[in-house]
Amino acid sequence: MRYAMAVDTRKCVGCSDCVVACQTENNVPIGFCRDWIVEVTNGTYPQLEMELRSERCNQCVNAPCVRCCPTGASHIVDGGIVLVTHNECIGCGACMASCPYDARYPHPDGYVDKCTFCIHRIKNGLSPACVAVCPTKCLYFGDLHDPNSEVSVVLKKRKSKTLIPEAGTDPQLYFLI
Amino acid sequence: MTSRRDFIRITAMGAGVLVAGTAAYKVIKSLSSPEEVKKLVVDLKRTPTYCEVCFWKCAGWVYKTSEGKIWKIIGNDEDPNCNGRFCPRGTGGVGMYYDESRLKTPLIRVEERGKQVFREASWDEALELVSVKMKEVSAKYGPESMALFTHGSGSAYLSTLLKAFGSANIAEPSYAQCRGPRDEAFTATFGEEVYSPEITDIRDTKCLVLIGSHIGENMHNGQVQEMSDAIDKGATIITVDPRFSTAAAKSKFWLPIKPSTDMALLLSWIHEIIYNDFYDKKYVEKYCSGFDKLKEHVKDFTPEWAYGITTINPELIRKAAKEMADASPAVIVHPGRHVTWYGDDTQRIRAVAILNALLGSWGRRGGFYRPAKFELASYPIPAFKAPAKTWLDAFPGKYPIASLPVSNALIDASIPENKPEYQIKGWIVNGTNLISTIPNTANTLKAIQNLDLIVAIDTMPMEITGWADVVLPECTYLERYDALRAGPHRKPSLALRMPATEPLNDTRSDYWIARELSKKLGLVSYFPFEKQEDLLDWQLKKAGTSLDEMQKIGVKIFEREADDLYFAENEDVEFFTDSGKIELYSAYFEGAGFDPLPRYVAHDEPADGYYRLIYGRAPMHTFSRTANNPNLTDLMDENSVWINPKVAKEWGLKTDQYIWLKNQDNVMSDFQVKVRVTERIRWDSVYIVHGFGHAQKQMQRCFGRGVSDTQMITKVLVDPLMGGTGMRSNFVTFVTEKTEQEVVS
Repeated sequence: MRYAMAVDTRKCVGCSDCVVACQTENNVPIGFCRDWIVEVTNGTYPQLEMELRSERCNQCVNAPCVRCCPTGASHIVDGGIVLVTHNECIGCGACMASCPYDARYPHPDGYVDKCTFCIHRIKNGLSPACVAVCPTKCLYFGDLHDPNSEVSVVLKKRKSKTLIPEAGTDPQLYFLI
Repeated sequence: MTSRRDFIRITAMGAGVLVAGTAAYKVIKSLSSPEEVKKLVVDLKRTPTYCEVCFWKCAGWVYKTSEGKIWKIIGNDEDPNCNGRFCPRGTGGVGMYYDESRLKTPLIRVEERGKQVFREASWDEALELVSVKMKEVSAKYGPESMALFTHGSGSAYLSTLLKAFGSANIAEPSYAQCRGPRDEAFTATFGEEVYSPEITDIRDTKCLVLIGSHIGENMHNGQVQEMSDAIDKGATIITVDPRFSTAAAKSKFWLPIKPSTDMALLLSWIHEIIYNDFYDKKYVEKYCSGFDKLKEHVKDFTPEWAYGITTINPELIRKAAKEMADASPAVIVHPGRHVTWYGDDTQRIRAVAILNALLGSWGRRGGFYRPAKFELASYPIPAFKAPAKTWLDAFPGKYPIASLPVSNALIDASIPENKPEYQIKGWIVNGTNLISTIPNTANTLKAIQNLDLIVAIDTMPMEITGWADVVLPECTYLERYDALRAGPHRKPSLALRMPATEPLNDTRSDYWIARELSKKLGLVSYFPFEKQEDLLDWQLKKAGTSLDEMQKIGVKIFEREADDLYFAENEDVEFFTDSGKIELYSAYFEGAGFDPLPRYVAHDEPADGYYRLIYGRAPMHTFSRTANNPNLTDLMDENSVWINPKVAKEWGLKTDQYIWLKNQDNVMSDFQVKVRVTERIRWDSVYIVHGFGHAQKQMQRCFGRGVSDTQMITKVLVDPLMGGTGMRSNFVTFVTEKTEQEVVS
């Protein structure tokens, strides 16, 4: 099993609903977030193009945050999801420094927090909160090892890219272009 | 071409500060074992609601924790308005409940040595005062001297109260400040408006044309969803906007129009479609009247003619017209929503309606569908007495085609210098922060000085509540029942809102407020049900369901009576116009003394060093009412002024620098606004998101953040047809150092 997410940049309107849904679902304190929106504009008026995309932890196969965690709090579970065991985390920030995607934040309660792909939901057969809420349905989630999963199907059909592939992290967050 | 790149991470992350050491360390069990998760899911209690953050009224579920604390709100899968998916504002609706700046208890103004302050009061005392003052106004000037400004679900019962009191002066700013011109234009053309949610069949369209309508930034949920579906199915989007909007970025053709010249573009499109025989001949012949007059009228409006006005390349105009024609009839030239721009808005939207008629999109799949709505039984109450005078009698002959009360006309009628035939002397203001809603704030404040009574009913201490004599704190939509939602859609539907929890503090629902006030005014016969639950149950039983059932399902969908979502092949259709046809030439407008066919009139242009002020929406905020919502403020806590890099260079302005704006009438913004240097805006315009720059200190989170577009809008071009307030004719310049006394209220 290998969980992955694909984000359709053609459909994303950058509304940040994924961010609010994640915050309420996971009780992320106000002022912090596990996912966010990036807007990139290229060109000169009126020859312009713009990409909007919802970003979060890339759930890397080769995760630098896990490698550098001194206590083993950051670890990878079945399906390739990178998790932080809160009571083993000492908040040292090594994982934050090593993450090329800036995907982690220091929780005010003293540990480092990040996207879990809503593991508590997917274990119950639900999709992650961001996927479930997205009004444009631009987020696709599922098991890459299952050729019929939503994410496998859409990645087969469409061209995609990953972020900072040169970091060698083998990210599992794909962007459909 | 030099390439520029703006990179913006929209959501702010926690300020990168590490919480180190063990002092702040707390053991939090991670929720990862399935048993715990299951427990969490089962323990939840959910109650149905429909959203009140905007007018789209999406139905959803409020989830609570096992301790009864509101946790999250998610969409109801059965609901046609949201299809189980809320927008960020709806998802962030929890913040409305938790906002600690909320009004907590009734307040009564105390005049204290020239200083206006409030004291807390009981509901009984506050309502008693309101009823005594209302009776005084009625005795002195007649009941029609009371007016209600309202928006949202509270309207239902407060309107009943005002009508029972003897006044028909019930205005929603959503008419003259937003969608009125479009409703009148479509009614004049097709005999029918486009309703809310709009009857645009975006789901199945092949070509969606947006004129200044920024779907995606205005998160009108169902439309955003359907636009996304249409993109999936390969539909073309054409966007006309001086700004490179989100929709423009997803468009095949973006027409970067010079602001205020849309009419010229529309006329040239009509010209192209007629003179290239692109129009739907069978449809026009069967359903439309006035085609020959229209054809003659647009004879000279070529794309080259429009180029000189709009700055849009004639080839682009042609290509777009061909694209629409190729998609016809599955094409939507979108009617827009907030269309009060230049004072000739009804005529501009008439051109939009005409274009749709020529393309045969009305009543066709992928164009405009025929809506169906559930007609709720009205409960037995005495008939309302016909009011002696209505708002129309205040200024006879003004705005002859307005079909609803015009809020700005009611404000004008509150000012004696305007010599209204009769004066408005009392306002009840519910859910409409008139200071941020109605342009020309000075005029509104002048009206306020002449009133005998202002009552503000709101959840938040908005600017208008600061001017009220009595402030009545509503509970939020999460804490109350409301009227059933029975809006139009493809199928008729009903949605229930019920309280998820007890109201916080000493707040009450509008039903309770209206009924209690009716008792004090001797009008309780208009509110025969003591408990709103009984009223709803009565109505629901008449509808073949019950309160009990609706509490479990939230939304009920009914089948359409007939298979008539679209016109049948060769169907004879009678339109609700005078002629029974789609009126390309409007004899109705002509009869009222206006142009029967739309024509282009040039608008003022900015002086040197000034830029046209364009405003719009961000997805996470709505109206001016969400700026203090903790969840939504977290996403966007101030607006910024978008400035083209060429202009910024000329002025030496940099991104993130704070400046003031000053308009053509020398009005300086109360607060500073952040500069955003971006290619996404034309050099002759600047853009800000509406609803910021709040000057009410009690709104702790948003006070003084960003600039209020409403404050900068002092030149208002009122549409002579229906009273709509054109708000895009103001020009601003930049002030980097403020020498005047700082104005902070």
